Amino acid sequence: MTLPEYNFAYLDEQTKRMIRRSILKGIAIPGYQVPFASREMPMPYGWGTGGVQVTAAILGPDDVLKVIDQGADDTTNAVSIRAFFAKTANVATTTKTADATVIQTRHRIPEAPLSAGQVIVYQVPIPEPLRFLEPRETETRVIHGLEEYGLIHVKLYEDIAQHGHIATTYAYPVKVEDRYVMDPSPIPKFDNPKMNGSPALQLFGAGREKRIYALPPFTHVVSLDFEDHPFEVQKFKQPCALCNATGVYLDEVVTDDRGSRMYVCSDTDHCETRREEGHRGPGLPISGAQTVKEDAA
Amino acid sequence: MTSPILSVRDLERRYGDFIGCTDISFDVWPGEVVAIVGESGSGKTTLLNCISGRLDRSSGSIRYNMRDGRFPDLADLSEAERRFLMRTDWGFVHQNPADGLRMRVSAGANVGERLMAIGDRHYGEIRHTATEWLGRVEIAGDRIDDKPVAFSGGMRQRLQIARNLVTRPRLIFMDEPTGGLDVSVQARVLDLLRGLVSDLGLAVVIVTHDLAVARLLSQRMIVMKSGRIVETGLTDRVLDDPHHPYTQLLVASILES
Amino acid sequence: MSVSSNETGNALLSVRDVAKSFTMHLRDGVILPVVNDVNFELFAGECVVLGGPSGVGKSSILRMVYGNYSIDSGEILIRDRVSGEAHDLGAGDPRLVLDLRRDCIGYVSQFLRAVPRVSALDIVAEPLVSRGVDRTVAAEKAAGVLNRLHLPEALFDLPPATFSGGEKQRVNIARGFITDHPILLLDEPTASLDAANRDVVISMIREKLDAGTAVLGIFHDQPVRDAVATRTIDVSAFSARRAA
Repeated sequence: MTLPEYNFAYLDEQTKRMIRRSILKGIAIPGYQVPFASREMPMPYGWGTGGVQVTAAILGPDDVLKVIDQGADDTTNAVSIRAFFAKTANVATTTKTADATVIQTRHRIPEAPLSAGQVIVYQVPIPEPLRFLEPRETETRVIHGLEEYGLIHVKLYEDIAQHGHIATTYAYPVKVEDRYVMDPSPIPKFDNPKMNGSPALQLFGAGREKRIYALPPFTHVVSLDFEDHPFEVQKFKQPCALCNATGVYLDEVVTDDRGSRMYVCSDTDHCETRREEGHRGPGLPISGAQTVKEDAA
Repeated sequence: MTSPILSVRDLERRYGDFIGCTDISFDVWPGEVVAIVGESGSGKTTLLNCISGRLDRSSGSIRYNMRDGRFPDLADLSEAERRFLMRTDWGFVHQNPADGLRMRVSAGANVGERLMAIGDRHYGEIRHTATEWLGRVEIAGDRIDDKPVAFSGGMRQRLQIARNLVTRPRLIFMDEPTGGLDVSVQARVLDLLRGLVSDLGLAVVIVTHDLAVARLLSQRMIVMKSGRIVETGLTDRVLDDPHHPYTQLLVASILES
Repeated sequence: MSVSSNETGNALLSVRDVAKSFTMHLRDGVILPVVNDVNFELFAGECVVLGGPSGVGKSSILRMVYGNYSIDSGEILIRDRVSGEAHDLGAGDPRLVLDLRRDCIGYVSQFLRAVPRVSALDIVAEPLVSRGVDRTVAAEKAAGVLNRLHLPEALFDLPPATFSGGEKQRVNIARGFITDHPILLLDEPTASLDAANRDVVISMIREKLDAGTAVLGIFHDQPVRDAVATRTIDVSAFSARRAA
């Protein structure tokens, strides 16, 4: 007995056409949230159903897919989605940012700069940047339509009032082409500047909320702020413990039950690539084989 | 000033066959307080919502004297212009402060929101202005980061007033601004309103069923019954020498001074 | 609304053919006549006293001249000192009445209508402030008038709600006298005052008259009446109840 065949990339062709039309509209109006008829996917909401549908709609047989979750290629979510497309679309997969043509991401932008021809697909839980301040969808639509964006600064004001600085560290709102205020998905604000002027095409899919939006290549993206509290990205006091990289986003890893910890690249591919190139961080265990090799050299 | 700030002519609002208000014509002049009084169901809130652009009218005209000198019918303004008016040149004080405040953001942000809406992007200046306005409505500066949910009814109402006045509007609509407050708290809010209105030279249209509120705040009065204006005039004249049977009933039953 | 000056001569106030009645709708529409055919004029520098027994309509006439009561028919012409134009206050246009109250007619009522939380000093200064006088200047002048009426300075910053009748009345008088309205209406201003303060009020009225203010008043207090009145109008002559 043979199993029934999946259509290429799981979704039927009509659905993919519908999603592509929404994507094209999103590209035509950068930052504008386009409603689309989100489908049930064989995974729960919150696992990236929006991103998966966008990826399914744009994937071709020649594409090379990379999937990351919080920067890592090897977490459950990333592995499952990669396996899903390997099975349903039979596309090549990779963990190398530079080799990928399509990168689906949950909550990070890779450290290696993206290049023209690449597409990055963001998984978005809540696409509406004003949602926590204004629960009415009818009202937020009018706010976007009429560019009445005072409200978004209320959130930043509250941050400063409570914490002395803008304490929003992820899903930090941006203004696109001086028109639409957009939620960049829960990426750390560290990644916000990478969106500005990127040569790659950036697509955002929210499955549960049924919205798609997009940033075409070289779009102007500005993080919102106050004159006396300008936008700043996170800074790290130490380099990556494994690859010694600076100016990258680091994860804190607890290493024992006594509170010892180290800070390592959140982008696993970036970290591995640097280590392959010979960079060594202070936290890297001194392996015997390497010691012998170095001694021999 | 030589022309009204708001001019209402032959206004009617129907709910199907039912008349919300009809045959309404009056002017509001810069710097004056006009009280609309009447019992529940007399159409005064319908009228207020129509002239403040919050409710569509069935017929008639409502014209507003814009800062740039134009005097258009509100219906001829774009939605963007109308909403801009509402958060800059106009204010609306609701009976229930929760309807006019963001209960989950701080007092400072509630006051600052209108400033940010008109493009202020300097945190320090926004906060300074917010502190100043909290002071003017007698809310201590150290409550600036507290949320309105932690405020008493009177404080909430005063906060709502500050939130409305921070952009220096010219016309304020008020719907029973002291209606939900204890009598002792009412006096303070009323007195505050009275002072601010005269200091800022605001034009105010205030809906109230409380003739004492009308006497204290307004120069002119409009008495409504069954959706129609039954009597208008100088507030003290209407209250001391009421003509219409309904006004006489109101005065006789409510006011004993 | 405005009438040329030669019709009214030099009178600051001309009351012509005024009639007033109350229709009591809550009493089956009973009509309660008050006055008929009221005709008199008031000139600068004179103090006209409205006389007659209680209930004859003296206070009603003052209230009509102040625009507080409407009139059924007739005219109440107020002459603008500067332009010479006469305005018919009796026509009842609220904005005209408010303008005339601000600029032309002062009024000391029998009782002070207390405003919550507003200090005595601010109540007295308010008519000046509303005419654009600087707050500090107005407050200084208000303090001066209150001092003259022997109101203890400790009371200046308190709202008059808790004051005695005489103290309230002195606040009321100070408020009426602080401006230089060409017409001043006085409704028993000395009723609750002691002799010393009554004398102060008499001299204040005389100063107003010397300055050319036209005073129209009701004084039950014979000595005060004798001291200030230049002419008396017997309101009984206008009383509608006499005929009724």
